[in-house]
Amino acid sequence: MSKVTAIEAAVAKIPDGATLMIGGFMGVGSPHRLIDELVRQGRKDLTIIANDTARPGVDIGKLIRAGAVKRLVASHIGLNPETQKQMIDGAIDVELVPQGTLAERIRAGGAGLGGVLTATGVGTTVAEGKQTIDVKGKTFLVEEPLRADFALISAWRADYYGNLSYELTARNFNPVMALAADTVIAEAGEIVPVGLIPPDQVETVSVVVDHLVARSN
Amino acid sequence: MDEKTIIAKRVAQELRNGNLVNLGIGLPTLVTKYLPVGIQVFFQSENGVIGMQPLPEPGVAADALTDAGGTPTSIIPGAGAFDSVTSFCLIRGGHLDVTVLGGLQVDEAGQLANWMVPGKMVPGMGGAMDLVSGAKRVIVAMTHTAKGAPKILKKCNLPLTSVRRVDLVVTELAVIQPTEEGLVLLEVADGVTVEQVVAATEARLIVPNTVPTMQLAA
Repeated sequence: MSKVTAIEAAVAKIPDGATLMIGGFMGVGSPHRLIDELVRQGRKDLTIIANDTARPGVDIGKLIRAGAVKRLVASHIGLNPETQKQMIDGAIDVELVPQGTLAERIRAGGAGLGGVLTATGVGTTVAEGKQTIDVKGKTFLVEEPLRADFALISAWRADYYGNLSYELTARNFNPVMALAADTVIAEAGEIVPVGLIPPDQVETVSVVVDHLVARSN
Repeated sequence: MDEKTIIAKRVAQELRNGNLVNLGIGLPTLVTKYLPVGIQVFFQSENGVIGMQPLPEPGVAADALTDAGGTPTSIIPGAGAFDSVTSFCLIRGGHLDVTVLGGLQVDEAGQLANWMVPGKMVPGMGGAMDLVSGAKRVIVAMTHTAKGAPKILKKCNLPLTSVRRVDLVVTELAVIQPTEEGLVLLEVADGVTVEQVVAATEARLIVPNTVPTMQLAA
């Protein structure tokens, strides 16, 4: 039942050109070790779905600096000028998505839904090329679901099976992304015996986690 | 009093006891410093917490507790933490009483542009589009002009954040309420005349017979 995998082996499963969801918000709650290992193994042509690209050279910013990203789906890149520069230079194709819409598109992808209807973005550049639907007199955009080949998740605590719990604002996109990828690789601040995380505190259930990155202790 | 302090103090008067409030980055965050005595609100940070408050002292930062800019923060007793899905359920679902956002432009229709300058600045909208679409009240807190050029225009020429009409615009010169009829001049700042506000505004302002002066605590 154990999912514990050496980090080199876990990341080796990710091919060049893969689509990755990466948890975290400005680097908080990001899978730091998995990102470092992706850079070390020289992965390239990645599509990244994440809230942001942190700051230059930090967390997802390391993948940007390494030139590993060809396409990015994110809500905010304002605090990483390197991402903006690569976007303007045409090195990265960036799709900017309102943050709540990003969360719901990922949720739809993980929940088996055909998309979501949201009023966010109606009448703005975000609506260009998108279908609208009127429901009870209000106009909504049709936003399509997002899925990924891999989700890279950071948890506060895991058990040997891969049950995960999170802490404060390090939670952010991690729980929803853990439902929306074909393969889920998680790292955790600590890994404890099965049973130590009370069932009510399991926020990501082990059945969706494929690999739990081994700790070096 | 500098212009940002004037704006933050005036905006703080709009908050009511028990409100759930989201403050944008930059100028709006100053509002926390000027909450009227006896008013307790829950500040939301869209990265997943309500009940945010500044760190009480240096040296006590927690890695897993930051504001939306990634800066360490603290929380009040009674705070709650949640994921990004729940955070935006609060924002879009009619649970957020007030959002205070910075602005690049506001126009006669009360529409806001605050997320990009094509060809120059493409930070992304973050949560701004959801906030403006979903909050019960949208307050724009911004300087009246940028390098002398009006920011309150007949029509925004930057990409809109939302087609929704915002509820109030607070600047260092005036308080303006967008309505169906247009922009109504509600208040002028201490020492500022109606004529000065009109001159600094490109949009047509509806000026009532009497325009009171902004009242700010010292």
